Amino acid sequence: MAYSAPSGAPLEPGLRGMVDDFSSDQRAFKDVSWGKVMMWAFILSDIFIFACFLIGYMQVRITSTAPWPIGSEVFALEVAGAHIPLLLIAIMTFVLISSSGTMALAVKYGYERNRRVTALLLLATALLGGTFVGMQVFEWSKLIEEGVRPWGNPWGAAQFGATFFLITGFHGTHVSIGVLCLFIMAVKVARGSLETGSPGFLTGRRGRYEMVELLGLYWHFVDLVWVFIFAFFYLW
Amino acid sequence: MAHQQVHQRKGHVQNRDSQHHPLSAYLWVWFALFVLSVLSYLVDYSNLEGYPKWGLITLLMLLKAGLIMAFFMHMAWERLAIICAVLIPPGALLFFMLLMAIEGQYVLTTRLQNVLP
Repeated sequence: MAYSAPSGAPLEPGLRGMVDDFSSDQRAFKDVSWGKVMMWAFILSDIFIFACFLIGYMQVRITSTAPWPIGSEVFALEVAGAHIPLLLIAIMTFVLISSSGTMALAVKYGYERNRRVTALLLLATALLGGTFVGMQVFEWSKLIEEGVRPWGNPWGAAQFGATFFLITGFHGTHVSIGVLCLFIMAVKVARGSLETGSPGFLTGRRGRYEMVELLGLYWHFVDLVWVFIFAFFYLW
Repeated sequence: MAHQQVHQRKGHVQNRDSQHHPLSAYLWVWFALFVLSVLSYLVDYSNLEGYPKWGLITLLMLLKAGLIMAFFMHMAWERLAIICAVLIPPGALLFFMLLMAIEGQYVLTTRLQNVLP
């Protein structure tokens, strides 16, 4: 996406550059492809959705007169007779951060035209994401077994279940969609569709290695949301 | 001459656009994210309560989010125009959060007034 100003003048950096960019003709975001701008616009809208869920959670937690269930006890796991708080959540956090790392490296090796390594890293990211979803399924079934419902639970404020299932469910859906896209992208990279620029089967857009970076933006965003959920829901 | 200039500019732009960064940068960020996650887990393990606990959780959360945004999502290497377009609108969410927190306190006091003698 090469941008060329009619004057051919080099782009200014910093604050002055931003004023130039926003006051210029036709497009404000220089050096940024339309695909990336659109991915950021999507992520921004998703930030607002997740933030509204988290603010709603904050609101019911503040206003509830019943005690809020204690996270580190609700989400504790019994391992070999020992009672370890938040064990599963900690593992889930590490799995998701690992997947973010492999994704970042996949983007890097993609731009270096290293097909094999990129495909393998994308596959690793997808498998780690799948592991995360699997552990979330385990967590959900454990809580449902213990009697947590969207309208009540054995430990306190009834809204706990509603906010928990809504927020982690919405996040888990994002992870699942990401895993699906990662598998598709791994296949595309492995068979060389991004190198030859062959059109995709759904949109017909020509393959480019930037697609890996855009998928990476989405994946890192999913990790970013988990950072907030981990802090506000499990640790707070 | 003009053609050559455009060609050079194109090369320059593509280089910027395709985000080439050293492997060590990614590995350091990755490592830092692991360390910060362990620290936030330790906050739960320690028996901190109240503002020190909430402050540490928020601090570690923002550090992790900042690292992911800046380096994994390449924000640190983008132009200021897109950085501002992405980061300024969520500021409205902070204001929204503040409003709802104030409202929440009011609702809680009203409810407690009905419950308590």
